[in-house]
Amino acid sequence: MSIILDISQIGMVFPTPKGPFTALDDVDLKIEKGEFVSLIGHSGCGKSTVLNVVAGLHQATSGGVILNGKEVTEPGPDRAVVFQNHSLLPWLTAYQNVELAVKQVFGKRKTKAETKDWIEHNLKLVHMDHAMHKRPDEISGGMKQRVGIARALAMQPEILLMDEPFGALDALTRSHMQDSLMEIQNELNNTVIMITHDVDEAVLLSDRIVMMTNGPAATVGEILAVDLERPRDRLALAEDPKYIHLRSEVLRFLYEKQRKVETISATKAKELKEKSKENSDIAAA
Amino acid sequence: MSTTTSINETEPKIEWLEKAIQQGLSLSKMIAIPAVGIAVFLLLWSIAAQNIDTSLGKFPGPSAVLEQFGALYDEHQAERIKETAFYERQEIRNEKRMAEDPGYSPKVRAYTGKETFLDQIITSLITVMSGFALAALLAIPLGIAVGLSKTLNEAINPIIQIFKPVSPLAWLPLVTMVVSALYVSPDPIVPKSFLNSMITVTLCCIWPMVINTAVGVASIDSDLVNVSRVLRLPALKHVQKIVLPASVPMIFTGMRLSLGVAWMVLIAAEMLAQNPGLGKFVWDEFQNGSSDSLSRIMAAVVVIGFIGFLLDRCMLQVQRWVSWDKASAAR
Repeated sequence: MSIILDISQIGMVFPTPKGPFTALDDVDLKIEKGEFVSLIGHSGCGKSTVLNVVAGLHQATSGGVILNGKEVTEPGPDRAVVFQNHSLLPWLTAYQNVELAVKQVFGKRKTKAETKDWIEHNLKLVHMDHAMHKRPDEISGGMKQRVGIARALAMQPEILLMDEPFGALDALTRSHMQDSLMEIQNELNNTVIMITHDVDEAVLLSDRIVMMTNGPAATVGEILAVDLERPRDRLALAEDPKYIHLRSEVLRFLYEKQRKVETISATKAKELKEKSKENSDIAAA
Repeated sequence: MSTTTSINETEPKIEWLEKAIQQGLSLSKMIAIPAVGIAVFLLLWSIAAQNIDTSLGKFPGPSAVLEQFGALYDEHQAERIKETAFYERQEIRNEKRMAEDPGYSPKVRAYTGKETFLDQIITSLITVMSGFALAALLAIPLGIAVGLSKTLNEAINPIIQIFKPVSPLAWLPLVTMVVSALYVSPDPIVPKSFLNSMITVTLCCIWPMVINTAVGVASIDSDLVNVSRVLRLPALKHVQKIVLPASVPMIFTGMRLSLGVAWMVLIAAEMLAQNPGLGKFVWDEFQNGSSDSLSRIMAAVVVIGFIGFLLDRCMLQVQRWVSWDKASAAR
């Protein structure tokens, strides 16, 4: 397998009124073509910063990102992003939202008929062909995110970046979306980096799970290879000892090794404590 | 139809009837409550009017004003008849001269009768729309530029903040002098007085549009901007596809505010500068000082109010057609 993306020792320092704040320190990660990688970690650990640097939306302070032998310096459709809150243009229909991306990326390389076919093909892929002429405010949250994924896929990216794509959805919708994503992944075999909070989601979808340490100066803590057979079925896996073992490995990392320590300020720490309690509640459920 | 109707058949009919009655009730409520409000207002107005004595007689009550509406319309009709008669006479005269002397080139002179109330309304509407259109043409691109660039915003913001609260009456002398100095043409396309009013309107109503457009553009969801960056939309396309549609609701808010300001400013400008229009009508009546003057001014006040209201409604309707965000165009 060939390395498609090389995240090479990136560091990120933000200037703040209290002096420079090191968000990331020496994050190093190599991703193979067709691989599905999850980034997991406590909130505030810089997962999104890593993704934004790969997307080109942020510039790393040190180190760099190399995609197919070329350094990433600006955003581009070869690294399509699926944002957490869908980010569809509210004045365009689902079809038009995908169309904007397709026309911009392919331009004159596709004829009118080809463009139309390609848009419809991608909307069909995410099961949104029945509502493609509806506007975002007329469809549910899950459907919006489907269109967001269709728009990203339609750009034919080298690598698909997903920033907590299902984080804002309810549990049932989220399961549906995960199944859909696995189905699409089976068909297209895209290279994907996905940020998630959800341990089950990470184990179910990924080939590798990259667990990040807590900030400041967050970095890659451990990398867990998920060698479960594909296609994966959530019901069968629920009792699979290998799955249960992998899941507890991630949980152990998050809640034993990288337990949130109360350092920053009293109020902030309290906030984080509540958040981690929420997380463990979710994990327990 | 069979003579025996079962219960199942009658029930939906009763339901339908009930619904109709309820709808009728809510409709009559919708009409009745404002009607009561207006009736109470008219009553208070006429009571108050009877108790105010001015040097021009009693303050006009609703009936006197209504009467003047009729009178103003009749005057307008009479003036129109005079005008057609004038043109007919002129044509006959020219034909006669042509018949006597084939080499004669006929002179056509425009009718220069008094402007009626309706003429003044139309003049005012044309002036306000031109001033507003010019302001929009300048304000929206400027607002977009200011909203997109923080540097430009910092540079221009103090100027906007200082000029925004300036009264039209302060601008007017300056505008008049500048127009007189610069607009010198032996055969002007539009009269100077029109330019004076129009430019004063523009100067006063440009600011709410600039500010609202800039705020609308600056507050675009950063995710949408990121979408544009990922797609590498060129600057012009970014403005056209993302910035403009996203800020349409705010632009319209600014336009509605501006149009309201424009209409108020126009009346004041016309009054002070003796430019034709409703403001001049009010001023002329005030100077005229006949026993009808106050009721004619009151009629003008009502018309000014109605036109202001209609202008706002028109703008709202345009917003409904243009904007994707129906919620922001609700009221």
